[in-house]
Amino acid sequence: MTQSVVVQVGQCGNQVGCRFWDLALREHAHVNKKGLYDEALGSFFRNVDSRERDGGACAVGGRIQHLKARAVLVDMEEGVVNEILQGPLREVFDSTQLLTDVSGSGNNWAVGYLTYGSAYREQIVDKLRKAAEHCDCLQCFFLIHSMGGGTGSGLGTRVLSLLEEEFPEVSRIVSSIYPSAAEDDVVTSPYNSILAMSELTEHADCVLPIENQSLVDIVSKIRQMSHGGRPGSAIKRDSAVISWEGGLSGAEKPFDAMNNIVANLLLNITSSARFDGSLNMDLNEIATNLVPFPRLHYLVPSLTPLYTLTDVNVPTRRLDQMFSDAFSKDHQLIRADPRRSLYLACALMVRGNVQVSDVRRNIERLKPSLPFVSWNQEGWKTGLCSVPPVGHAHSLLALANNTCVKLTFMELRERFTKLYRKKAYLHHYLDVDGMEQSFFTEAVGSLSSLIEEYHHLDATMGRLVPDAPRLSIAS
Amino acid sequence: MSIVTVQLGQCGNQVGHELFHVLCSDALEGQRKVYSTAGCERFFHQTSRGELVARAVLIDMEPKVINQSMSRAAKCGMWRYGESSHFSQKQGSGNNWANGYRVHGPRHRDVVEELVRREVERCDRLAGLMAMMSVAGGTGSGVGTYVTQCLRDIYPKTFILNHLTWPYGTGEVIVQNYNSVLTLAHLYQLSDAILVHENDTVHRICGQLLNIEHISFGDVNKVIAHQLGSVLQPALTADSHGVYGRNPLGELVSALACHPEYKLLSVCTIPHMPSSSIAYSTFSWPSMLKHLRQMLISNTKMEEGINWQVRPPAASERTRSLTGSRFNRSLANVLILRGKDVYSAETGGLEDPALYTSWLSSEEAFNSWKSPVPFNKYEKCATLVSNSQALLRPLDNMVGKAWNMFASRAYIHQYIKFGISEEDFLDSFTSIEQVISSYKQLH
Repeated sequence: MTQSVVVQVGQCGNQVGCRFWDLALREHAHVNKKGLYDEALGSFFRNVDSRERDGGACAVGGRIQHLKARAVLVDMEEGVVNEILQGPLREVFDSTQLLTDVSGSGNNWAVGYLTYGSAYREQIVDKLRKAAEHCDCLQCFFLIHSMGGGTGSGLGTRVLSLLEEEFPEVSRIVSSIYPSAAEDDVVTSPYNSILAMSELTEHADCVLPIENQSLVDIVSKIRQMSHGGRPGSAIKRDSAVISWEGGLSGAEKPFDAMNNIVANLLLNITSSARFDGSLNMDLNEIATNLVPFPRLHYLVPSLTPLYTLTDVNVPTRRLDQMFSDAFSKDHQLIRADPRRSLYLACALMVRGNVQVSDVRRNIERLKPSLPFVSWNQEGWKTGLCSVPPVGHAHSLLALANNTCVKLTFMELRERFTKLYRKKAYLHHYLDVDGMEQSFFTEAVGSLSSLIEEYHHLDATMGRLVPDAPRLSIAS
Repeated sequence: MSIVTVQLGQCGNQVGHELFHVLCSDALEGQRKVYSTAGCERFFHQTSRGELVARAVLIDMEPKVINQSMSRAAKCGMWRYGESSHFSQKQGSGNNWANGYRVHGPRHRDVVEELVRREVERCDRLAGLMAMMSVAGGTGSGVGTYVTQCLRDIYPKTFILNHLTWPYGTGEVIVQNYNSVLTLAHLYQLSDAILVHENDTVHRICGQLLNIEHISFGDVNKVIAHQLGSVLQPALTADSHGVYGRNPLGELVSALACHPEYKLLSVCTIPHMPSSSIAYSTFSWPSMLKHLRQMLISNTKMEEGINWQVRPPAASERTRSLTGSRFNRSLANVLILRGKDVYSAETGGLEDPALYTSWLSSEEAFNSWKSPVPFNKYEKCATLVSNSQALLRPLDNMVGKAWNMFASRAYIHQYIKFGISEEDFLDSFTSIEQVISSYKQLH
């Protein structure tokens, strides 16, 4: 089986990563009852014998000794990483996997990308190589970062291009947390996001865009349900996508609920690569099926169900509801309505006791209401993994390559233009060694051409496109 | 004589496992020594301890499915796979034909050839090779095509049959039509015959005839295995003088694939019913054969919703009805009857020259094999393997969708990355269009 390495950069990236490792341990503890180190566990964890000096690795099949996360943690301040090291997850990491500085990137992409990117280049590559050497078949890097700050967006995207340079054969799937326009506390976040975007467009295989605001909305929706719900419809303890119940961490910290959603997204996207199923979906199948053109690799995720009710007597309608929900506005991890935009392709990654006939029935049912691009009217990819997530009988992760992402990008560009027109804060960037104004113009140009590509495809929506004339054979 | 099966990719390994399961449990059922010996010799070899070991090589680019198939076989206690006749890697082909054909296939050529060679050497006499795979994914289709090519090189005179599972029209793999076109175009140059099962058709059989509510891939694969088994188990041919045919693949190929331009075979089997109903049902050969004939000419793949209006055109209309008619013309058919009173079955309806092309007499175009031994718990079972226009429509749809995608150049960069160029695509499209055109003009 293959392995993946998680690279978490910046404050947000490390907080999300921390939640991911907690929930990953919880999930494997749930499935793995024998305490043996199996292939599934091996995809994200090493099993080391701590009695040996250099922590010798134990083979698959033996008892679990000491699990170490296949992760590289990078932050340019110490707070979050130190917190992790003092928390219940400290055993999972060791110092060789960590890289921190003390002064932070000051919410400046250029400081992260150029200053720290150059200063720490060797060290980062070294840590990545070490993590890769521990794998016998490294398939994928998962980069987790945010777009708004300095370290996540700047150093994060620098790490992305280092990954491409050093490991061209290994896929790069990026989870990017986009700032919300409404409650953005970083004034320079439009700059940082735009500069990071052009890196993502050039160097990632797939990007899973996640908007902060969507996470906030989902959390409050679940909270409302669990407090104001009718009697008998209480939420099952460990089932909500925001829940940490059963994990190692005790008290909940701010953002934990939101970060758990992203952690669950990563668990579900890798489930079919880790566990058995009747229709496996390996990580390298995601790009093959969902990315028709190299730059259009932004895949909008949606997770269902968000929680399971304790009442076990709910009718089986729930399964079909799960499929409907995956396409509704409320379940998307960006604020957009994919049903009103054009689908280029869509993957359904199903977990639990769901058969191919259930999936087929639901595709048939939903298809008429979803606009697909003319040359990919049947652009559906399915994965069936037999192991459900903790607390659920079944779950669904939909990944949509849908033109609705362009709205998020356009909003971002608008906020960028507002600042850039006044040249506000520009000098902070231009003061950084190596930074030039052309970075801004090129980045916004790249974003505009990306938006243009989506526009172009959108324009075909609802229009009857005739079939391409076939090759004719002389008889 | 024995057949060596090569199972490739997730689908090939799952269907292959079901097939061996059916073959073994059918061969060991009841007291019928001759049939059982003949069947076992074909598909299994016996160890010194008397265990039956499938004459199969299991190949996949990821280990999960192979491990599952091997341990399920071992657990059933009737037969098993050879301990070292499998090869897997850690990382799949990512649904990309080019990755399978250009990267994984060549990289592991030696190992795979060696595994097949070992299996072949274990046979007293080799009847042929059967490669089982799907056309949708990357490993089955891409590695499968590459391996077929290698086998053709090593065994130029051996019969090679490819069993292909065609994906559901929608929902499995988005680039499935590209992968299918590339696979078929290449296999058409290599294989002696290509036997096709369409998931959509089999799915309908599971739902409508077997009354399965939540249809799983396991259910679909079981039906495919049943149909394949009914073709491949021992049977008496017209000139075998009471001895079970010894060269099943050769007989199948020579009866059905009489022209290199026509290699696509489809199968239909009746009856299919839930196992709980079999005991309460009676079958009669005349009605089964009447149904089967109408299923053939109206191109209905299951015994329900048969269109009884379709008739073969009269001799005078022959030349006019090139396309557009609902009548499904055959090039050749093999009818396989198994079960009680099999010698009383009257097969004249399928010998009607009106069903066939003008350039092949119905004696050449029609063959029937029989066996008095009931197959897989059915008292009577009739299977028709046809080289006909039956696959024309699904093939045409598949190429149409792939061509539309290709016109926008969507997903092409994924293939170019592994060394398959736009010209390679065009070559494959051209050769499949040629096949479509040939079948359309069958008269």
